[in-house]
Amino acid sequence: MLTMLRPALVLLAAFTVITGIAYPLVVTGFAQVLFPFQANGSIISKDGKPVGSALIGQLFDDPRYFWGRPSATTPFPYNGAASSGSNFGQANPALHERVASRLLVLRVADPSNTEPVPADLVTASASGLDPHMSPSAAQFQIGRVARSRGLDEAKVRALVVDHTEGRTFALLGEPRVNVLRLNLGLDELR
Amino acid sequence: MTANGWEQIGFYLIVLALLVKPLGIYMARVYEGLPCGMDRVLVPVEGLLYRLCGIRREEEMSWQAYAGALLLFSLAGIVLLYLLQRLQGFLPLNPQGFPGVSPDSAFNTAVSFGSNTNWQGYGGETTMGYLTQMAGLAVQNFLSAATGMAVLVALIRGFKRRTTQTIGNFWVDLTRTTLYILLPLSFVLALLLVSQGVVQNLSPYQKVPLLQATYDAEGNAVVEQILPLGPAASQVAIKQLGTNGGGFFNTNSSHPFENPTPFSNFLEMLAILLIPAALCYTFGRMIGDVRQGLALLAVMTLVFLPLLFFCYLSESRGNPYLAQYGIEQTLGNLEGKEVRFGVANSALWAAATTAASNGSVNSMHDSFSPLGGMVPMWLIQLGEIVFGGVGSGLYGMLTFAIVAVFVAGLMVGRTPEYLGKKIEAFEMKMAALVILIPAALVLVGTAVAVTSQAGVAGVANPSPHGFSEILYAFSSAGNNNGSAFAGLSVNTPFYNTLLGLVMLFGRFGVMVPVLAIAGSLAAKKQVPEGAGTLPTHTPLFVLLLVGVIVLVGALTFLPALALGPIAEQMLALR
Repeated sequence: MLTMLRPALVLLAAFTVITGIAYPLVVTGFAQVLFPFQANGSIISKDGKPVGSALIGQLFDDPRYFWGRPSATTPFPYNGAASSGSNFGQANPALHERVASRLLVLRVADPSNTEPVPADLVTASASGLDPHMSPSAAQFQIGRVARSRGLDEAKVRALVVDHTEGRTFALLGEPRVNVLRLNLGLDELR
Repeated sequence: MTANGWEQIGFYLIVLALLVKPLGIYMARVYEGLPCGMDRVLVPVEGLLYRLCGIRREEEMSWQAYAGALLLFSLAGIVLLYLLQRLQGFLPLNPQGFPGVSPDSAFNTAVSFGSNTNWQGYGGETTMGYLTQMAGLAVQNFLSAATGMAVLVALIRGFKRRTTQTIGNFWVDLTRTTLYILLPLSFVLALLLVSQGVVQNLSPYQKVPLLQATYDAEGNAVVEQILPLGPAASQVAIKQLGTNGGGFFNTNSSHPFENPTPFSNFLEMLAILLIPAALCYTFGRMIGDVRQGLALLAVMTLVFLPLLFFCYLSESRGNPYLAQYGIEQTLGNLEGKEVRFGVANSALWAAATTAASNGSVNSMHDSFSPLGGMVPMWLIQLGEIVFGGVGSGLYGMLTFAIVAVFVAGLMVGRTPEYLGKKIEAFEMKMAALVILIPAALVLVGTAVAVTSQAGVAGVANPSPHGFSEILYAFSSAGNNNGSAFAGLSVNTPFYNTLLGLVMLFGRFGVMVPVLAIAGSLAAKKQVPEGAGTLPTHTPLFVLLLVGVIVLVGALTFLPALALGPIAEQMLALR
């Protein structure tokens, strides 16, 4: 056993250097040269100032903005520093209560809209930071947003269409709308 | 279910199938010591490592020595990882200034990553400094994966060799796996992931202003958001390739910085099954009969596909309890899922990550439908042999093949043989241990937790889903998967200690008997194939093996499952 001590310890030390220091540093080097935007958090800027990450959702509950998905992070929604899902089982009454109260908020904000509410607007995402909503979730909110801003509905609709991403290679993933980018676009509309 | 969903699943399976042969051949060449294409760079590194460590590469080990080296090396890795976590407050590369991890959590995490489980009782972005992630967790991602593959290669040598006492050199197998297979693949995957938006830097967390200010529960204004950063891509690459599964961030591959796009999701899913599937080809090639490897791959696929179908079907249906609210659920059960992946990719990932002992997640399994969540749980309970962990999946499957030929031998009253080796009492005893140890750990561990206050205190959902949370936790730990019904609060001394022990015995309690089988087989003569030999590459044998796996898995776990997901489904039907 003692003769094995040297290979065990030296090999562990060597691989800690190779896979634990050299490998991540080399990847960091290549990443920073080849893909600096992505490697540093895909942070989008407006007028030279950062306004958020294109990949990390933010909370919107002002009727003038499109609202994304509910977030289960604590102590406040869309806490970027502590990602979390709700982990509610389907039968959990706490889930049903939350869905009901979210529904109520959506209905009160737009009483004239009688369309069924798309499920992603009342269910919490896995990460609590989902940057997207489904295209139907965006369409559902067009009337409210347009009225709150005194904008022509057609204009807002066109903006939503502009911000709707299809499947990657027309195959992978789901169609979606990036909520932060859409709302930034909304602020530009006259 | 949608046509597009099945197209995505079909595309995934086709790409995976196309990669099995080239990667399988490449890995066989690595283990047979043949030139591999990157020799000019890697051979000198390999030689230097051997010189530094005093390793003679031609020196062969008995199975006992091989197991001893493996245990010693793993123990050293676990101790180092424990110390790195405890001392991170005093070490560099910790821009957030995280304090040392508590003793019970550090023990749990050290064992978890050292045993290729990568169960996580902590949240990455709130607990671990960059040095701990890189030089601690990522290193064990590589080395625990390489250890599993080394044991598989030793077992293959056991089948291949005749009347010898040795099964290879652990240090050489470990070194070559890491240098020639895991490192190059991880490097390529890491850069592809960065291109999609997985972060890779050493900067402190960045603050950005919110477009719309908001308030927290106490009424304080929240005007900015903290974005967690770090060397994530390099770690995510190996966590997927090495069937590790430990996330850089708390919500693992559902976190947009860990898995930002449908394409990154595709690559990460591909990486889950890539090496376990290709190793079947490597095995066939090394024993000189590719058909034997393909038969085992067929067995894995035959168990995997129906369960995947079932999971996708259950998740497509939406939450029946929400039907009363008149919401639009055409996209399926979306609680705990990300819009960019949708239900098809969430179900495919859940099935792949639990068929393999990966355990990373891109959706929250705790929020799956009762039957949708039972699929990943049962895939784990089958023993992580349907693809399974890198190395460990195939050595588990080979153990089941030994049991299957034994069962067939009993039917016709002949001494069973597998790959030209007689299967006798010693091999059967060891095979029984390989199958029974994880099963016993899962069931006894669950029983202990549900009968103790500390165990029940962690439950997040009302019963029977709460029972499922505990059963899933011990299934995951005992079979070294690492995924969770994550509502369960496990960062407590009770769960950290108990699950830590279960992971330890679930890993090494299986590896040692597998190596014993390897040693025993290597010492045997080759039996010439006769008229009475059961061919083990035919559809008949494939079905027999599927039957044995399903039967053992169902008999062992159906009673426990009846108390959890099955009861929950019954209640939903009322």
